[in-house]
Amino acid sequence: MNRRVLLFIPFVIFVGLFFLFNWGMDQDPTKLELARKDQPVPAFVLPDLHDPSKTLNQEIFKGKVSLLNVWATWCPTCRAEHPYLVRIHETGQVQMVGLDYKDEREAALKWLNDLGNPYDISLSDQEGRFGLDLGVYGAPETYVIDKQGIVRYRHVGAVDDKVWKEILLPMVRKYQKEGV
Amino acid sequence: MIPEIGHYSLVLALAVTTLLAVIPLAGAWINDGLWMRMGRPLAYAQFLLLAISFGFLTAAFLMDDFSVRYVANNSNSLLPWYYKFSAVWGGHEGSLLLWIMILGGWTAAVAAFSKSLPEPMVARVLSVMGIVGVGFLSFILLTSNPFLRYLPNAPQDGADLNPLLQDIGLIMHPPMLYMGYVGFSVAFAFALAALMGGKLDAAWARWSRPWTTVAWVFLTLGIALGSWWAYYELGWGGWWFWDPVENASFMPWLAGTALMHSLAATEKRGVFKTWTVLLAIFAFSLSLLGTFLVRSGVLTSVHAFASDPERGRFVLMLLALTIGGSLLLYALRAPVVKSHIRYTERSREVFLLINNILLLVATVTVLGGTLFPLIAEAFGKEVSVGAPYFNTMFSFIVPVLVIAMGIGLFSHWKDTRPGTYGRRILPLAIAGTAGGIGIPLIYGEWEWSAGLGSFIAIWLATAQLWDVWEKSSGKSGVVAGFKRLSRSYKGMATAHLGLAVTILGAAIVSSYTEERDVRVDTGTQVEMAGLTFVFDGIQELKGPNYVADQGIFHVLDEGKEIAVLHPDKRRYLATGQVMTEAAIDWGILRDVYVALGEPLEGTTWAARIQYKPLVRFLWLGGLLMAIGGTLAILDRRYRIRVKANKARTSVGESDAGGTQPAKA
Repeated sequence: MNRRVLLFIPFVIFVGLFFLFNWGMDQDPTKLELARKDQPVPAFVLPDLHDPSKTLNQEIFKGKVSLLNVWATWCPTCRAEHPYLVRIHETGQVQMVGLDYKDEREAALKWLNDLGNPYDISLSDQEGRFGLDLGVYGAPETYVIDKQGIVRYRHVGAVDDKVWKEILLPMVRKYQKEGV
Repeated sequence: MIPEIGHYSLVLALAVTTLLAVIPLAGAWINDGLWMRMGRPLAYAQFLLLAISFGFLTAAFLMDDFSVRYVANNSNSLLPWYYKFSAVWGGHEGSLLLWIMILGGWTAAVAAFSKSLPEPMVARVLSVMGIVGVGFLSFILLTSNPFLRYLPNAPQDGADLNPLLQDIGLIMHPPMLYMGYVGFSVAFAFALAALMGGKLDAAWARWSRPWTTVAWVFLTLGIALGSWWAYYELGWGGWWFWDPVENASFMPWLAGTALMHSLAATEKRGVFKTWTVLLAIFAFSLSLLGTFLVRSGVLTSVHAFASDPERGRFVLMLLALTIGGSLLLYALRAPVVKSHIRYTERSREVFLLINNILLLVATVTVLGGTLFPLIAEAFGKEVSVGAPYFNTMFSFIVPVLVIAMGIGLFSHWKDTRPGTYGRRILPLAIAGTAGGIGIPLIYGEWEWSAGLGSFIAIWLATAQLWDVWEKSSGKSGVVAGFKRLSRSYKGMATAHLGLAVTILGAAIVSSYTEERDVRVDTGTQVEMAGLTFVFDGIQELKGPNYVADQGIFHVLDEGKEIAVLHPDKRRYLATGQVMTEAAIDWGILRDVYVALGEPLEGTTWAARIQYKPLVRFLWLGGLLMAIGGTLAILDRRYRIRVKANKARTSVGESDAGGTQPAKA
């Protein structure tokens, strides 16, 4: 009888997995709970990716609506969305800030050199501390930050034509209309 | 009309498949011969209807019928005809239809090539496959119907196929992969049928073996093609990314490899029966899990272009019923009688057990790494698991596995003479060490990972060739002896050598790829890896559905031109997507890989040049594994069985399918 009980182990593990998946399905990855929603960007001091001797802080978000894109060279989806970011940047409609997340600086520079640089400002967060403060799940993520430096929206996953035109751009326009 | 005919056949297929899922199984239950015999005609009818449905969807693509939503979203009138054809499975709905049609094909193949099997067994097997079919047919008809129309206003033109998928590698990759995934459903169905019938003996393993091997061959080819495609199409020269979707295909491969080996032990010696059944369930469950992970959006991935929570929920329910049901059946019905078959700790049985344990550890490692972000999320933590985890884990598992393989090749069933292993370890270690030190030094400074990879590759290859030599040696000479070896033995040896080749390729290309990012202007010369690259400017090019800037690079070896490479930067007209098309001068021993970056000021461009030694060994090894598997299926014993069938059928009923060996 004892051995029969052992045969139930795979079934029990699978039931556990089932509940995990079922729970995971409810977590719509594009609408993850955003702890920082409607709160200011956490304070940070990070080196400029292009010039590590220069540091940047949360003041870069003041006065302009920004799109903060979290990316890394180890992330295939980032590569997929990159050409589209370049195109958004070419339209000049919004300040684009790149956060190179848990990445190697040299590889990141190579990437921007190869694929084009869609960012007006590039932050380097090699240890992922700022990403942790912000609540980054993984790359890529794209945040809409208003003129006061308040986090208004997070998009998880690649930015494409649909996401940009239907979600991000209307939001950017809305916050651009607001006074400082 | 055309899409409606396809749609109608799909609905009919669901009806027929439902009958297939119920009638033969009920027949086996109440022991009714007529009901059991219904299985074969129903299986053929199901496949025919699915093929008609698939054919009419294909026709809608080839005729540019953009009133069909799925065609409008995945094709374009400018697309060349062969990409219109492959666009049929370029999106979610069509790839699902392909999946189901292949399931129908496997079901029909089982019906055709199982004449020598007892009737209740065939009935149960076909019904189990029918049950899986009902699940997926309901899924496609209820959530992912490819035949829905835009009426009355159809778009003028289609949105085009994702440019990444406009490629020969992608025409072949999904069908191969699905042949493998779905092929494991046969072993799965045999396992469940054996559990239901309560007869879990060596015969069950003998019937499942060729089917499992065929599925494994297709899956191997599918994974190799996918890796090759990623290498040249994604434009940055990587060949394996541990992306969730790649993992989804790798897990069934690992479990399927374990299954092939444990089936051998069960067939030959009657051992590990309970374990083998569980592996058969695992291999197919992991294939289904792959489908779920890709389609549900539970994990985000570069491949998941069509994720949708509603569909995910449906697949999850399918998984719960199929996997949960089969594991429950296993728990209730698997035999618990202690086996009395004896073997010593030096026997082949023990080595196959080691093989199985290590392959299962590898599978769980991949599964854990793929699911860990989700598990951590459930506990409120946020993590991402990347390539470093997988690479570290596999750099432990693979060497242990391969070293055990090298020794285990010399083992015998039941018991192996003492000293058999001892006297071989030293020569193997010498050969391995020579390779481990020597091969990396050809390519540059010695590195640990390359050294270890070369060591195990040479260890395994030497052991395998040595074993072939010993088995061929005899009074009549080695050549005659080699000819006498069975096809299944030659197949095994070929597949094992294939693994050695793949490992060597992976070790060398990972450590000794040379890569330079350069700014080039007309006339710029770049020296790398003993070659000279001369950039000869950019030409404009117009393709059928894109415009491109094409770079011209002359590759010179000691002043002699060996190749002219034309990397493209393409802009696809329908979507405006920009794609990099790398140019490769390929060779067995090295690839030269040039990809065009962004235009800089004036006529200067950014470009990436790579020199990749032994990269082709990766896929050459995969090909050898597939050839090995094919040889094993062509073994005499399967043909003898077929001849016996033929003799029987020529007396009895007429039969169209009995003349082929037991493979699809």
